[in-house]
Amino acid sequence: MHRRTLLTGAMSLGVAAPAIGQTQPIEIQFWHGLAQPLGGMLEKRATDFNATQTKYRVVPTFRGSYPETMVAAIAAFRANNAPHVVQMFEVGTGTMMGAGRAVKPVHELLAETGVQIDFNDYLPGVRGYYSLSDGRMMSMPFNSSTTIVWYNKDAFRRAGVDPDKFPETWQGVAEILPKLKAGGGTAVPMSTAWLTWAQIENFSAIHDIPLATLANGFGGLGTELRINNPLVQRHMQALVDWQKDGSFRYGGRNNAGEPAFPNGEAAIMFTSSGFRARVQREARFDWGVAMLPYYQGTPNAPINSIIGGASLWVMNKGPAAGGGRSRDEFQGVAEFFKYLSNPEVDAQWHMDTGYVPVRRASYAIAREKGFYRDNPGADVPIEQLLRGGGTLTDNSRGIRLGGFVEIRTIMEEEFERAFQGQQNAQQALANATTRGNQVLRNFERANRG
Amino acid sequence: MRKKVIFRGVALPYLLLVPQLAVTIVFFFWPAGMAVWQSTLRQDAFGLRTEFVAFENFLDLFGDALYLNAAWNTVIFSSSVAALALGAALFLAVQADKHIRGAGLYKTLLIWPYAVAPALAAVLWLFIFHPSIGLVGRAFGAIGIDWDYRVNGGQAMTMVVIAAAWKQVSYNFIFFLAGLQSIPTSVLEAAAIDGARPFRRFWTVIFPLLSPTAFFLLVVNLVYAFFDTFGVIHALTRGGPGNATETLIYKVYVDGVQNLNFGSSAAQSVILMVIVIALTAIQFRFIERRVHY
Repeated sequence: MHRRTLLTGAMSLGVAAPAIGQTQPIEIQFWHGLAQPLGGMLEKRATDFNATQTKYRVVPTFRGSYPETMVAAIAAFRANNAPHVVQMFEVGTGTMMGAGRAVKPVHELLAETGVQIDFNDYLPGVRGYYSLSDGRMMSMPFNSSTTIVWYNKDAFRRAGVDPDKFPETWQGVAEILPKLKAGGGTAVPMSTAWLTWAQIENFSAIHDIPLATLANGFGGLGTELRINNPLVQRHMQALVDWQKDGSFRYGGRNNAGEPAFPNGEAAIMFTSSGFRARVQREARFDWGVAMLPYYQGTPNAPINSIIGGASLWVMNKGPAAGGGRSRDEFQGVAEFFKYLSNPEVDAQWHMDTGYVPVRRASYAIAREKGFYRDNPGADVPIEQLLRGGGTLTDNSRGIRLGGFVEIRTIMEEEFERAFQGQQNAQQALANATTRGNQVLRNFERANRG
Repeated sequence: MRKKVIFRGVALPYLLLVPQLAVTIVFFFWPAGMAVWQSTLRQDAFGLRTEFVAFENFLDLFGDALYLNAAWNTVIFSSSVAALALGAALFLAVQADKHIRGAGLYKTLLIWPYAVAPALAAVLWLFIFHPSIGLVGRAFGAIGIDWDYRVNGGQAMTMVVIAAAWKQVSYNFIFFLAGLQSIPTSVLEAAAIDGARPFRRFWTVIFPLLSPTAFFLLVVNLVYAFFDTFGVIHALTRGGPGNATETLIYKVYVDGVQNLNFGSSAAQSVILMVIVIALTAIQFRFIERRVHY
């Protein structure tokens, strides 16, 4: 509130009409939410693009974490000074989809500027997450990851568990947990980061069960949570029970629990595939990665997991009529996207950062260069995104809920209560459903009129 | 006894007031007015669709179990912080008031924590209480206490209370020390001659004489715990686990900045504004009337 008024004041003082001369390149403001070292790698892509031509200049700016970047971009839009391009994490997708004339859909941008990008070559899980149900792209896929299993092979050996074969099923995991607890030599056998992303959202996707009605929200704003179902209940109750007997430890919200893996405290960790660089740098033991386990006996399981990470959204300048952007500015944005979609550029990004390649062509390039031979397991996240043949179902396309940031927090809060023993998994899921649906109804009401 | 300055004409006094009034209007009345207005609206995040809902945001809050939970947390948190910060500071001030070797150094060191930014203070406590990297956290684990503030609401609350109180001890310490030093030694000597032991002298002579200072500090500490502890909570627990450490001020941030629910967040700010106005009024009204020597 106060921040916004101050912003308005500051903006109106600082904004001068940009002089667009023949020699002056057109500036494209690009706000991103990646801290170092990833942020530097992202900014290098912008510099590289600027070097390929002279007409446009992309100016990348770091705006804090993903949620901070999102809030900053929204505040700037309200103050009539939004950036041309903003990097938005996948959880903000639903909010951006409902943003109406605040955003310029990528399919419109490409049609108006005549720039072609072959989205058919993109991984289905990536394309689906950022497109309308009829397939038209809303934002530009960029850095995508998915959640996978990281495990400590030394701890597995100490416990007498085959270190080269992580169990494919949760039944298998349940069998090795007591062994790891007895002889693994770590503080706790198993932990997780991103509790809801890993254990509820991706869990539902790979088991082909809905997280919410209307195809996880892709079908409209009237969606309702469906997380309180027997399979999720069973899984979350298992985690709650394991927390109680010391086989599992909740490590905090978002990625706060991650350090427990590289420092050797937890033998098994669930987190983003983008964790690779850190594990390579910090882990002092033999480690491996594996695909997410599933419950044997579930029809259709396992199918593809869903992505995390972020995509690039094109924004109009502000609420004023017309949006306030020139044709040239949009042209510049489209050219920049075209550059990022180049398979060579994308493959290099994948190999530098650990994010998955968003195109099949880039995957092939990385393979040709021997990346997966030199980095065993680096293809696990990609294979997991293509598991089950790569045909997406309504349950594995992605999640499009308005106010999803808040809903995730709600789920975390309810499970923090469950891990304290104040309620069981079924009650936690029931409470999260009630509270989450309230958020969805508020979003529907605010975005319908 | 009040000295009155007489101005000729009205222009000069008003002119002299202008800077202060301008600052107050721009930085208080305008934003506060905007907050009141916003609290009657519902908007989408981008400000493209606005609906006037009158008092609905307020009614929703009072019917919201989580808001009441945050209010209750705030009561527990603020009273614990005030009690701990005042108690510790009084104890330290009484010790520092004695004739001890190196009193100057001791006093200086006690004042230091006040200069530490809240977020840094929180990180400091993280290094003490974190179950896997913290000194005390690991010690607890080693002696078999199941210490993990990430899944234990009571432990989380204890930790944020200690961290928030620690910052305020220095401030209270300075005031208590000044209060103690202004107590005339003749009064204490008279009490001693009458046979009062040190413990009795403290409770019957020193403490009543300190009461104006103590009351002033109580209000300041409550206001501090209400409004200035955002940094500590944000850095340590983010309101969790569950909503165990979510206070009113933290909820304003969560709903406004994270959840982009501006209407509800503005309504909560308005409620907080009423509370702080009430606290200030109580302080002004009582500090010179009820609490006296």
